[in-house]
Order: sequence, then C-alpha cells, then structure tokens
Amino acid sequence: MATESNLAHDDTPNAGRRDFLYVATTAVGIVGVGAVVWPLINQMNPDASVLALSSTEFDLSGVEEGASVTIKWRGSPVFVRHRTQKEIDEARAVPMSDLKDPQTDEARVVAGHEQWLIMVALCTHLGCIPVGESGEYDGWFCPCHGSQYDTSGRIRKGPAPTNLIVPPYKFLSDTVVQIG
Amino acid sequence: MSAHESKYTPANPVLRWVEDRLPILGFAKSTLVDYPTPKNLNYWWTFGAILAFMLGVQIVTGIVLAMHYTPEASLAFDSVEAIKRDVVGGRIIQAVHSTGASMFFFAVYIHIFRGLYFGSYKAPREILWILGVIIFLLMMATAFFGYVLPWGQMSFWAAAVITNIFAAIPIIGDPILQLLRGGFAVDNPTLNRFFSLHYLLPFIIAAVVFLHIWALHVPGNNNPIGVEVKSERDTVPFHPYYTMKDFFAVVVFCIPFAWFAFFAPDILGHPDNYIQANPLVTPPHIVPEWYFLPFYAILRAIDFNFILDSKLLGVIAFGGSILILFFLPWLDTAKVRSGTFRPAFKWFYWLFAVNFLLLMWYGAQTPDMKVVGPFTVADVSKLSVAYYFLYFIVILPLLSRFEKPRPLPNSISEPVLGKPAQATT
Repeated sequence: MATESNLAHDDTPNAGRRDFLYVATTAVGIVGVGAVVWPLINQMNPDASVLALSSTEFDLSGVEEGASVTIKWRGSPVFVRHRTQKEIDEARAVPMSDLKDPQTDEARVVAGHEQWLIMVALCTHLGCIPVGESGEYDGWFCPCHGSQYDTSGRIRKGPAPTNLIVPPYKFLSDTVVQIG
Repeated sequence: MSAHESKYTPANPVLRWVEDRLPILGFAKSTLVDYPTPKNLNYWWTFGAILAFMLGVQIVTGIVLAMHYTPEASLAFDSVEAIKRDVVGGRIIQAVHSTGASMFFFAVYIHIFRGLYFGSYKAPREILWILGVIIFLLMMATAFFGYVLPWGQMSFWAAAVITNIFAAIPIIGDPILQLLRGGFAVDNPTLNRFFSLHYLLPFIIAAVVFLHIWALHVPGNNNPIGVEVKSERDTVPFHPYYTMKDFFAVVVFCIPFAWFAFFAPDILGHPDNYIQANPLVTPPHIVPEWYFLPFYAILRAIDFNFILDSKLLGVIAFGGSILILFFLPWLDTAKVRSGTFRPAFKWFYWLFAVNFLLLMWYGAQTPDMKVVGPFTVADVSKLSVAYYFLYFIVILPLLSRFEKPRPLPNSISEPVLGKPAQATT
C-alpha cells in the first residue's frame, strides 16, 4: 500500500500511522455497510406468522386402507398413505443395492404403524407434487421431470437425488398423528 | 460516447446556454447522429434497436399494468383477470406485455446468435459481450418473476421449481431456499417480493443497456465481414442511415408482434395458467415458457449421478450453459471474426443452432417420450447437452488452432468498390 501511492507519502511524516488509519477506516466502513445490508436481506426470511404454523395434527381414522390423503403442513403438502399389506411387502422385498438412496422401509415408518407412510409430498428434485399409485414401482411418479418412487417413497429412477422426505411426526394416539 | 469532446455549438442561444452547462446535446448528437457506423451492416444488426424498443414497450406497459395489479396471493389471479376483462383497454395492454416478453426473447436470441456467427464477442469487444450476457441473465430473471405474478398454476409451479434449484447447493441450500421464498413453501411472501423485483429489474437492465451501448461505441460496431473500419470511407453516419434502417426493422418486427397481441395472446402460453395457483396440486405436465425450454432441457437431461448427485449436477449444467458465454471470448481465439470466412466453423455453428432448437423441442416433451426407436427424450437430450458444451469447450478452441480461414478483404469498402487504388482514380 505504501509503495504505490503517488502522493509519495513514504516521505511524509507518520506514513505508518496514515496507512493504519486508511486500513482501519476501510475495515470499519465495510463492517458498517455489512451491518446495514444484513437486515435488508434478513427481512426476506420466513416471518413470525409463517413460523407459527410449524406443526399440525391429523386424525387418521377416516383414511381407509389403500387410500391416500394430502394435508398441508408449513404450506407444503404432506402425503398420508394407508398402505396395503402387498405394498408393504413389496417395499420390504427390495434389496438395498437397487436403491439410489439406500434406506430400509422400516426406517421410514413408525414401528407398530407400518401401514402409515407419511411424507412431504414434494419431489426431492425440484419440488413438484408426485402423482400417487403410478410409475413403474407402484409408488409415485413426478410429472415434472419423470422421477419415480416406490411404495416406500424411495427414489428409484429419474433425476431426484433422495427419497421423499419423512417429516418429524409422532402418534398422539392410535388414530391421531402430529406432524412437525 | 468516448468521442464527445468534439465541440458542438447549437445555433439557438437557449440551447447553447444549456450545452455550456450540461453538454447533453453534443453527447446525443455524437452518439445517435454522427456516430460512424460500418456501411455494410445487414438486417441482423437491427435487432439491437429492436431490443431497445422492446425494453421500452415492456417498461411502459408494465408501469400501466402495475396500476391495476394486486400482489397478494388471494387476489392476484382475479386482478389479472380483471385487467383483461374490466380495465379500459386492459385486454390489449396485458396482451402486449405478456406476448411482448416472447417477442423480446425472440429478438435477444437472434441478437445473440448474430454475435456468435459474426464473432462479435472477440477483442476488443469482450466487455461489450459480457455486459450483453449480464443483460440476458437479468432478462431471464425478470421474465421469470413476471410469469409468477398472474398466480396461475403454471406461475406457482414455475416459482416452486425454479426456487428449488437453489436447494441443490450443498449445506446452505435450504436456508437460501427459505430466504428466497420467505417461507417453507411458495406463498404470499414469495409473490410480494417477486412483484417488487419484477418492477425493479427492468430499470437495472436499462442501466446495463446504457453500459452495453457505451462499450459498443468505444470500438464501434462489428460488421458482417468482421474487418475493422479502416477509414472514414468504410462508415456512414448513424443518422439517417441506420436510424431509418432500424426504424424500418422495428416496424416489420411489430407486424407479428401485433398479430400475437391482438389475435393470439395466449397461443404461446399454457392453459393451466388459467387455473388459480393451488399448492396441493401439480399440473400433469409442467413446461416453462418457450424461451426457457433449451435450458430446461439441459437441467432435465442430467438424471444420473456422477461424483455429485444428479440434482446438483443438473443445476450446474443449467447454470453452466449460460455462464459459459462469459468465457466465450477466451475460448474462441481465432483471429478471423466473421463466420463467413471460416469454412469449418460455419458447419459447427449451424449444427449448434439446430441443436439449440432441438433442445427447445426436447424441453417441451415429456422425458419418457420415444424419439428414435427405444430412445426417449431423456436419452437423446443428453447428446444435445453434450454437443452444447463441446461446442464451447472443445470445438471452438480446436478450430481456433487448426482451421484455415478464407482470405479476408482488406477493408469493408474493397469487396464493393474493387481495389482501393481503382476507387480513388
């Protein structure tokens, strides 16, 4: 810094001090600008009213075997699928080596409630809603870019990188589930 | 613009008084009237003026539409319908704005492909080209934000899919996604900010266009033979020669534009966008607007893992397909600018153009549709993606080294007037 100045301030008294002042002023200026810019970006984050909707309860008793309902959680759709025994067996028969994102069916459901498959209904590729009971694996097919999921919601084919996301949820009773 | 030191003295004393204090008249005269322009520019060179015209059309119609539009998730869809049905003349103004986006992109593609053929990106016009790519990116962002505003099904799912692209970024992807959407899903906060940005970006574009024209006026225009201007004999003043030519081109351009706006405002759109946005139902077949299809096909073609997972890889290819244009001036180092004098380049160029149209077509099809024999769109589009990148990364650098160009004329005037010696006698 001291060498490139055309003021030749090396020759002026206190050149070291002046350099220090330049650096210090610039540093404080950058921090100051950052402090002003940050809230202007941070305001784009989800606001309090959005965050307040972070859990939802759902009564499963109306969902018959083989049926599927879509409910809304945090503004996103969630699949609640009442699986048939055939679908569960199909999902559990798949060898791990066939899977792009290996995960057992047992790890995707709650023990004792294996018939209930609860997943965020957004394709892990770019967030479209897959169509149920379709595709080559009897699971879900995403119409946007052709991703296919099996009866456990695991990715089998297409551009999606991971299995459909299982949200945090717990059974409050045998028929009521709380998501989030 | 660099040459406006030339003293301009208006005859009118009031204008002279202004000029002495703010030399804006001299500036306008040197850039729009006296600006020396190569005399051999063809009609492909009129698209710059057409684009400036379209930017004006979009800004003016957009400001008017914003007077009637409501950026609120439960009201937006109805407010756009009200513009079309109730607002006086709203049907036409809205149609001009929405079809105007398509015409704008049509013109920008011609403009970019003209630059690619005639080597307009080569020294000393690299910054001019880079500013152009920045404008193209800003246009894409603006068009995307604008497409979301009517809040139909296609609007909503376009917003969902495109913002989701950012979730592919490792680690910080999800926080960025929430920051962009203002929620866990696309919703009212998303619509609000997109409206704000849609209003802002055209003015940023106008500012970059100003820099683009500034960067143009330093070296002057490229031209169809790609030989720099050697003397004043190679040029004509911008006015009246190119003002008239550009004006004529704008008028001709307005004929199909008017046809779209008056008779077929929805022909390039998608019927699903007449269904109000529903976050619980994805339309069965999602496609972006036609002008994004080639890039959409690139995004979709990457459905396999290779070191990175397919999603991130697709996003890298998608972004890379545009960002690579920034490096073009240093990938194609051939000294000869114009494709007219490059016998091998020509073939690869036209293949590139056809390949681009193919990608556009692939983007509109479902990925599992059969194209040739057992091969689906998902399969064959990979070939097109490969050629798209090979053209820039391999073919142009190799051609620069090995191609033997045809002999260039000595000057712009020579092929027309014969040898300079003859012309002077």
